[in-house]
Amino acid sequence: MAAPMVKRSSLIINNIFSNYIRKNISKCKRSISFSRVNGGDNTSQTHFGYENIPEDEKEERVYKVFENVATKYDLMNDAMSAGIHRLWKDYFISKMAPTPGTQLVDVAGGTGDIAFRFLNYVRNEDSESYNNQDRQFDVETPPELRSISELDEISESGESKTEKAKSFVTICDINQAMLDVGKSKAENLGFSSETCFIQGNAENLPLESNKYDVYTIAYGIRNCTHIDKVLQEAYRVLKPGGRFMCLEFSHVTYPLIQQLYDSYSFQVIPVMGQVLAQDWKSYQYLVESIRQFPKQEEFVEMIRNAGFKMAKYENITFGVTAIHSGFKI
Amino acid sequence: MHTDSEDNHHPGYDYLYSGHIPTTRFQKTLLAIGSGITAIVDPARDDMVSAFGETTGYFALQRLREKMLKDPVGRQILEERPILNSSTLDIDYLGSLPENTFGKHYWKFLTKNGFSPDARLPVQFVDDDDLQYVMLRYRQIHDLFHTVLGMPPHMLGEVIVKMVETFQTGLPMCALAAMFGPVRLGPVHRQKYFTTYLPWAIKCGSSAKFLMAVYYEKHWEQDLQEFRQELNIIEPPPGIGRKKKNTENAS
Repeated sequence: MAAPMVKRSSLIINNIFSNYIRKNISKCKRSISFSRVNGGDNTSQTHFGYENIPEDEKEERVYKVFENVATKYDLMNDAMSAGIHRLWKDYFISKMAPTPGTQLVDVAGGTGDIAFRFLNYVRNEDSESYNNQDRQFDVETPPELRSISELDEISESGESKTEKAKSFVTICDINQAMLDVGKSKAENLGFSSETCFIQGNAENLPLESNKYDVYTIAYGIRNCTHIDKVLQEAYRVLKPGGRFMCLEFSHVTYPLIQQLYDSYSFQVIPVMGQVLAQDWKSYQYLVESIRQFPKQEEFVEMIRNAGFKMAKYENITFGVTAIHSGFKI
Repeated sequence: MHTDSEDNHHPGYDYLYSGHIPTTRFQKTLLAIGSGITAIVDPARDDMVSAFGETTGYFALQRLREKMLKDPVGRQILEERPILNSSTLDIDYLGSLPENTFGKHYWKFLTKNGFSPDARLPVQFVDDDDLQYVMLRYRQIHDLFHTVLGMPPHMLGEVIVKMVETFQTGLPMCALAAMFGPVRLGPVHRQKYFTTYLPWAIKCGSSAKFLMAVYYEKHWEQDLQEFRQELNIIEPPPGIGRKKKNTENAS
């Protein structure tokens, strides 16, 4: 155990690990990203980042990750993406272009980023609507015409006295800690009456069928054990004509940018996780799980297989994020 | 020290020892900067202090290891790897010892401040099993340093202990804590520090025996002042608070 040997062995180990990481990154690029391996004793295995675990353990492992990160979730998102995730989410909602009265179900929506953006969007739409602009004229309606004009009256809360529904978001998440963060944010922002928070599993939603106009899942589907089940459930709860939209990290298409992105992901993000959230391993899981998620084309095929039509995707920021969409028609 | 089979285990974690997270040189640098800043801004983040020590301590830990190997007791410690935690320490036994003993003083330190010997964080970012133990040992005997030097665990006491540790271990983390710590002291303590305690700490740190190579667990029953003399530690100047000689009252 002489000193030079110690130094050499430490350096060797350092090199081995750097090489291992590099090899793993390139392995993930080439391999089929979503694969199930059969364990020796016939139990189904799946991936948890780069780890192989029994399938029935994944849900609990993911639960623990999000329980740990819930209170620092928003802070870490801002730090890791330098605030760019806000732009991605804004763009996502603008692509949705919801009209007032839309019933949205936001799955894995814990802290409410998508829900609140949706509500802000439809509120703005409402206040700019043609009918409301008329109300700004302070004109006394003559009595014989009053009964007719009341048919068009928009009440102060933005809904007409006839059947037009209020925009509403059902936020569903498997993790109570994330829901708690979302609930208190909703209260602070004044969205409590337009949201409800339900704990539930995306693979088996505690919701009625054919009920929602839009189904969203933002940065959540990659953590689910069975993506096909999630898609089936999405199909079920959507009304006919409803839209499925998914915002998720995806695969970068340009090699040079991919290398930069990989280096940043593996070298910087876990360190950030340790410093800001005291949790290296959850953020290591994050960057690994991104690489394990199916590529854009493969995922859009899965969406088609679940029955959705007009399934397509759009890359944002060179493929770092992608929006996948399909319709239940 | 792989616990599960290779398949069911994250490649990398626990690579050299339980709790090990291997890191590249770049990650260590980034972590050192991040943890250093966080530790100064929020000293309550003891995990950041630990991370800073681990990422910057490579050369100091090697030197410590060599020094311990040259000392017969130090070598014994490295071979036997004693751990200080609530299962290896009989707290009640320490409390039952006579007033003037090292063990009793340590017991008082733990109970009066509500400390547990389990509170020290495990090592994560050191890429060598032996050095990981040296780091862990340093962390675990920190409270014993408090006792042996007679320093309470408030900011002033911590800075003084860190100054002594700087001389004893050479760890950058200790040096920086000793340098930046006084910034957070109130005016009274700061004055006391620079006039009385700093000179004493420097003298103590440089002239004391090699404190990492002391098998503290074998000295519980020893009289504290006698123990200090053995270690070449000058009696601490009065006026610091609790840990005084057996006759005088604590403030």
